[in-house]
Amino acid sequence: MSNNFRLDSGGEINRTERISFKFNGKTLFGYKGDTLASALLANGIHLVARSFKYHRPRGFLGSGSEEPNAIVQLHKDKAKTEPNIRATQIEIFQGLEARSQNCWPSVNFDISEINNFFSPILPAGFYYKTFMWPAKLWEKYEYFIRKSAGLGISPTKRDPDLYDHKYYHCEVLIIGSGPAGLTAAMIAAKSGKKVLLVDEKPEHGGSLVGANSEVTNIDNKRPKEWIQKTYSELVKIKNIKVLNRTSVAAYHNYNYLIMMQNLTDHLNENDKKNKIRQRLWKVRAKKVILATGSIERPMIFDCNDRPGIMLSSAVRKYLNHYGVKCGNSVVIFSNNDDAYETALSLHGKGIKIKAIIDIRQESQGDLVNKCISLGIKILWKHTVVKAEGHKKINAAIVMKLSNDNNSVVGNKIKITCDLLCVSGGYTPAVHLFTQSGGKLAFDEKKFYFYPYKTSLDQLSVGACAGIFNLKKIVHDTYIKVNTFLKTNIKNETVVADYKSGGFENIWLLPSNKISGKVKSFVDFQNDATANDIKLALREGFKSIEHVKRYTTTGMATDQGKIANMHALGIISDISKTKMGELGTTTFRPPFTPLTFGALVGRNVKQFFDITRETPMHYWHKDNGAKFEDVGQWKRAWYYPMNNENMYKAVQRESKAARECAGILDASTLGKIDIQGVDASEFLNRVYTNAWSKLGIGKCRYGLMLNEDGMVYDDGVTTRLGENHYIMTTTTGGAATVMSKLEDYLQTEWPELKVFLTSVTDHFATVSVCGPHSRKILEKVVKNINFEDQKFPHMSFNEGIIDNIKCRVMRISFTGELSYEINIQANYGKAVWEKCMEAGKEFNITPYGTEAMHLLRAEKGFVIVGQETDGTVTPGDLQMDWIVSKKKYDFIGKRSLYRSDTMKEGRKQMVGLLTKDPNEILEEGSQIVAEIKKSPPMVMLGHVTSSYYSPNLKKSIALAVIKNGKNLKGKKLYIPMKNKVIEVIVSDAVFWDKEGSRLNA
Amino acid sequence: MKNKYSIFSLIKNAFSYHENWQRAWRDPEPKKTYDAVIVGGGGHGLATAYYLAKEHNLKNIAVVEKGWIGGGNTGRNTTIIRSNYLWDASAAMYDHALKLWEGLSQELNYNVMFSQRGVMNLAHNLHDVRELKRRTHANRLNGIDCEWLSTEEVKKFCSIINCSPDIRYPVLGSTLQRRAGTARHDAVAWGYARGADSMGVDIIQNCEVKGIKRKGDSVEGIETTKGFIKTSKIGIVAAGHSSVLANMAGIKLPLESKPLQALVSEPIKPIIDTVVMSNAVHAYVSQSDKGELVIGAGTDAYISYTQKGTHEVVEGTLKAILELYPIFSRLRMLRQWGGVVDICPDASPIISKTSIKGLYFNCGWGTGGFKATPGSGNLFAHTIAKDEPHKLNAAFNINRFVSGDLVDEHGAAAVAH
Amino acid sequence: MFIIKCPYCGERDHSEFSYGGEAHIVRPKQPTELSDDQWAEYLFMRKNIKGLQYERWNHAHGCRQWFNVGRDTSNDKIHFVYKMGESPPK
Repeated sequence: MSNNFRLDSGGEINRTERISFKFNGKTLFGYKGDTLASALLANGIHLVARSFKYHRPRGFLGSGSEEPNAIVQLHKDKAKTEPNIRATQIEIFQGLEARSQNCWPSVNFDISEINNFFSPILPAGFYYKTFMWPAKLWEKYEYFIRKSAGLGISPTKRDPDLYDHKYYHCEVLIIGSGPAGLTAAMIAAKSGKKVLLVDEKPEHGGSLVGANSEVTNIDNKRPKEWIQKTYSELVKIKNIKVLNRTSVAAYHNYNYLIMMQNLTDHLNENDKKNKIRQRLWKVRAKKVILATGSIERPMIFDCNDRPGIMLSSAVRKYLNHYGVKCGNSVVIFSNNDDAYETALSLHGKGIKIKAIIDIRQESQGDLVNKCISLGIKILWKHTVVKAEGHKKINAAIVMKLSNDNNSVVGNKIKITCDLLCVSGGYTPAVHLFTQSGGKLAFDEKKFYFYPYKTSLDQLSVGACAGIFNLKKIVHDTYIKVNTFLKTNIKNETVVADYKSGGFENIWLLPSNKISGKVKSFVDFQNDATANDIKLALREGFKSIEHVKRYTTTGMATDQGKIANMHALGIISDISKTKMGELGTTTFRPPFTPLTFGALVGRNVKQFFDITRETPMHYWHKDNGAKFEDVGQWKRAWYYPMNNENMYKAVQRESKAARECAGILDASTLGKIDIQGVDASEFLNRVYTNAWSKLGIGKCRYGLMLNEDGMVYDDGVTTRLGENHYIMTTTTGGAATVMSKLEDYLQTEWPELKVFLTSVTDHFATVSVCGPHSRKILEKVVKNINFEDQKFPHMSFNEGIIDNIKCRVMRISFTGELSYEINIQANYGKAVWEKCMEAGKEFNITPYGTEAMHLLRAEKGFVIVGQETDGTVTPGDLQMDWIVSKKKYDFIGKRSLYRSDTMKEGRKQMVGLLTKDPNEILEEGSQIVAEIKKSPPMVMLGHVTSSYYSPNLKKSIALAVIKNGKNLKGKKLYIPMKNKVIEVIVSDAVFWDKEGSRLNA
Repeated sequence: MKNKYSIFSLIKNAFSYHENWQRAWRDPEPKKTYDAVIVGGGGHGLATAYYLAKEHNLKNIAVVEKGWIGGGNTGRNTTIIRSNYLWDASAAMYDHALKLWEGLSQELNYNVMFSQRGVMNLAHNLHDVRELKRRTHANRLNGIDCEWLSTEEVKKFCSIINCSPDIRYPVLGSTLQRRAGTARHDAVAWGYARGADSMGVDIIQNCEVKGIKRKGDSVEGIETTKGFIKTSKIGIVAAGHSSVLANMAGIKLPLESKPLQALVSEPIKPIIDTVVMSNAVHAYVSQSDKGELVIGAGTDAYISYTQKGTHEVVEGTLKAILELYPIFSRLRMLRQWGGVVDICPDASPIISKTSIKGLYFNCGWGTGGFKATPGSGNLFAHTIAKDEPHKLNAAFNINRFVSGDLVDEHGAAAVAH
Repeated sequence: MFIIKCPYCGERDHSEFSYGGEAHIVRPKQPTELSDDQWAEYLFMRKNIKGLQYERWNHAHGCRQWFNVGRDTSNDKIHFVYKMGESPPK
């Protein structure tokens, strides 16, 4: 097929650049500057899609982001294919492949069109009333419902493209570069303010694009020349930035806007390479000027959805901007003067206008008179009652309206045609205005909602403010913007004006048929008809939101841009409620759908979340460590050797730590530096135990509660000086403990002179444990006497490694003799390697978090977050010893004395031994006293930690169990899915109960 | 009596061009006095009225709603239904609801499209694994179906999840509750409204409560925009706005109302046949019968009644979605919205009497109330009718915040959705 | 979405701040003297106001200072900010 609907000349397309593309497998061509829609229309193709529910043939209605019908699947590639793309917005490029979606086997012959035949029993909400019997079959019904619903198909491979985010601040943001937007931009730019002007389309000019240059004249120029002149003047001004292909998706409070700029979708495959596909702009604007224009309304009559029925403004744009005629034999159906501009354009290009059907009694407008003088036939006070044709309109059936417009009279007039231009007037595009929290008002004469009240620093100009006459737009924009920006730029624009006739509105046009037989579509894509809306009202769905949800009107991918006004109008007519009182449904962001990819930007793959690595990370990596994610940290989990599995590696590591020496990277533990004269008092208040008497150079373990009495965090704190402590927290708790302490300090106890600094990342921590650890430390650290009496357990000394100061704490989480070296982070890896070297002769073995967990479980030490879950008190952990009875108060103390926290028989931490010492319990498994044949069974608690202990040569576990402290020696059961495991309650400390190894 | 809905009624009505359908519910003016008034015409409130009428023989009941029924969180959530909660009290209460869901379409003669397509909860670190296994074991012993899936089984059950070991937070396994799934949210409100209405319950829309009248320690009635309504029993089910009503009655609740957001993609052909939730990376997704991906975002941290959250929350959620489903990158967000949820400190609801006689509260459902709708209504109706809790909601009393006997569902890695 | 004017640093995007709940809930000086009810009142019960709320914010990704904000929770409009220890402007 050739471009036989392309005019020989005219339009803004580049006729020297021919572009071939494929549609439904067929190779076609268009020109640079074409959209897929204009290119298809140039090829005479109207039928491009099928509707959602009835699979009715659909063509093009509009020419932009409001298009409800012509949505297609783009690209063949499984990674790049894209569903539901509006053909009216896609600029064609060499190699573009598009196809019709939601149809099988083809858009020309779609089996599912049978739904149209069954449509009498498929009214709005039919699915709520059926598919209920038999109940079991619902899943089957649903399978078919789901299959027939949906539109295009999802990609099935990872998106290869890149997306980006940009933050932008400006003084004035102007949205829309139509006549109002360009005028506002000129004023703002001349005022010297930092201005950003954006438009969603590739070309600037808004409604002036495609305007009839015989009629529209501005500064004695044709519209396209004026646009060009204005644009080139604008971009010369330094303080303005102009973006095209940039759609504002969301307008949030405080003038915060989200926009998406399309950077490469219009380029050839080769030019797309290595470029960012789309960029999300996050704009903070001091002031926002909305110049978002308006959307033309269709007309609501029987079979108004036929391909070949198009908005009048769209037909004009295809003609004047793309050089494409949408038909050869045209009927125009209007209720206003604007459609006459389309008529004049068509006529000017030699296209036959069969008739203009106008529901008005008359119009004395200049354009109307011009049409009359050209001999174009006008049928006043007539309406189209039906469009005939199936895959394409072939005739309009026209009848005269009764005096009250409520019915039709006289004979049917059949006018054959291949294009019906409809114009039901214009709706201001107030979407962004309402998103921003603005309130609308309804003009009962002009039949539209307009911006009424906003609390933001914001202004609406042009058609989106309800002004449609070009001269008025320019004039009004000057006045409003000058006031808004406190500027005084003079309006020197000369706009040719002409007289316009009135506007008459009928939401649902009358028909000669009984209304039940009429299919007048309100939401084209979702197949919601006027009858559906009536049905909803009949059934008591009164609120506009109810009607919308019941009929799905306004919920298609155009988000009601076309449907909403008529839906409201019909509801208003039937319920006899004023439009203004009905209100509108909420326009929710985004204005036009935008890709998840753009919203996410660069935050994919490795950038999904920050990765925190310790200074020794690469040593672990080089030595084959497997890592565990702990919050954002990567922690060495275990170090398999010679193809060991995890179990074997952990057993080996755990044994070595007790028998010779083990080394652990503990750098991830949170570290808070606490200084000030009231530091001790502060610790007294945040920990459950007492701190005042801790000697300088001594360490103490502390337990921290939430104000609700539940264990929150734990760790060892060392007194470095009279007024100086270093606190350690759990890895996961580091940030939250810091903020919590800071919160209490600043807001509850501002009288305390204490200063907190998070130093987690400033230190690397190397923990060396085991019988040989002292010897290793002696080799590595200078200036410290490591003798037991000189450097006892739970104390601190400052040492030197290669002239670098370090802090050494003798503290232990394994129950072995153990030291922690804390050194400036960048020396961490060197110190680690030094310890490895020094420990070689003692078989020093690096162990990971898993072995560390095992070793501490042998000692019955708790891990906050494993033995506790926010419901555990110190008493529940059998750690009453750490809760000071003497202290008057500390965080969480009062909560320990509530009826439930004081209750006997709470869940308490105990040890568990399995009857079979080789049976390892599953962490998380539940414990019962009594086995029943089938659930439910009364659960006493659960296993919190469980390991095979290589040092005890048996399986050990920790658990929290109701009344656990009184159950020692009792036999309990763990019912697994396919077996029952017998356990005996034991003490939670399995290894070295006396603590002799610690103090060795 | 309402006409029965069925394929036959659809065909029959097709002959009269659907012009003879009855109203689904009446539109009455309020009477002067009711035996009980339910404040809040969402799913929970309408279900409460339905069960009060059906199971407790109270006939003179009104539901007052400040806007339109189902317009609050009922119509704004991501419709996930499951009962695999950790604690006995929660599991029993949510499973009671799940059992009611299983027969709800037939019970109401209204297809609520309850789709038992299964709900997965993914584990991304060892802590998740431990806690989710704990939950799986607890569920099994409570008689609630729940399975643990290995990473390979996750891949098999839902092939589009990125199970590669190389992603930032690899999928280490998942729980699966097969009886869980989704339902059509609006239909739940409409179905209960139709059912309640047919038993004589007055559903009064556009009627805002302006005050709660007390006489000493008892309630006397409510002041509304449609006048004073006398009643001795007031059940408040006003998700999001519970504290506003509590303040009218002069009591305080342990609640904070926060914005919760959700979004949908454009409709696509079926691509995901189950519900996948992930707590650690915070993303949950399912696909509606219409074809839209329904994606839940998190709450913002601050109190707000604006029904609008921050953009960052949406962005964070989509980031997690693309981490788990990189194939969705080119799909487009069609619509995003927010609701106001009131959250209890222990992430469990309150279905309880109060210190004021005749005043009952059903609130604090946080981000996960939809799934409980039938059970919540059923138990609240019992509590109101008998003036004492049913054994299934006894644990969810207000007094637990005094005694400390909380039902803490945070720590247990149970995203409360 | 909103912009908060930190009393120490000036106007910043909300994402730099973390929320700290209702303001002016003073931790009781003598918790042990309180009944369980009174303690629960401090611990859990909140006004959760729809309208002007006095609340606490922390400039977490900035100066780390806590301060108070008067914000209307029905439209997120911030009316004033004031430092810890100060009383709200009338």
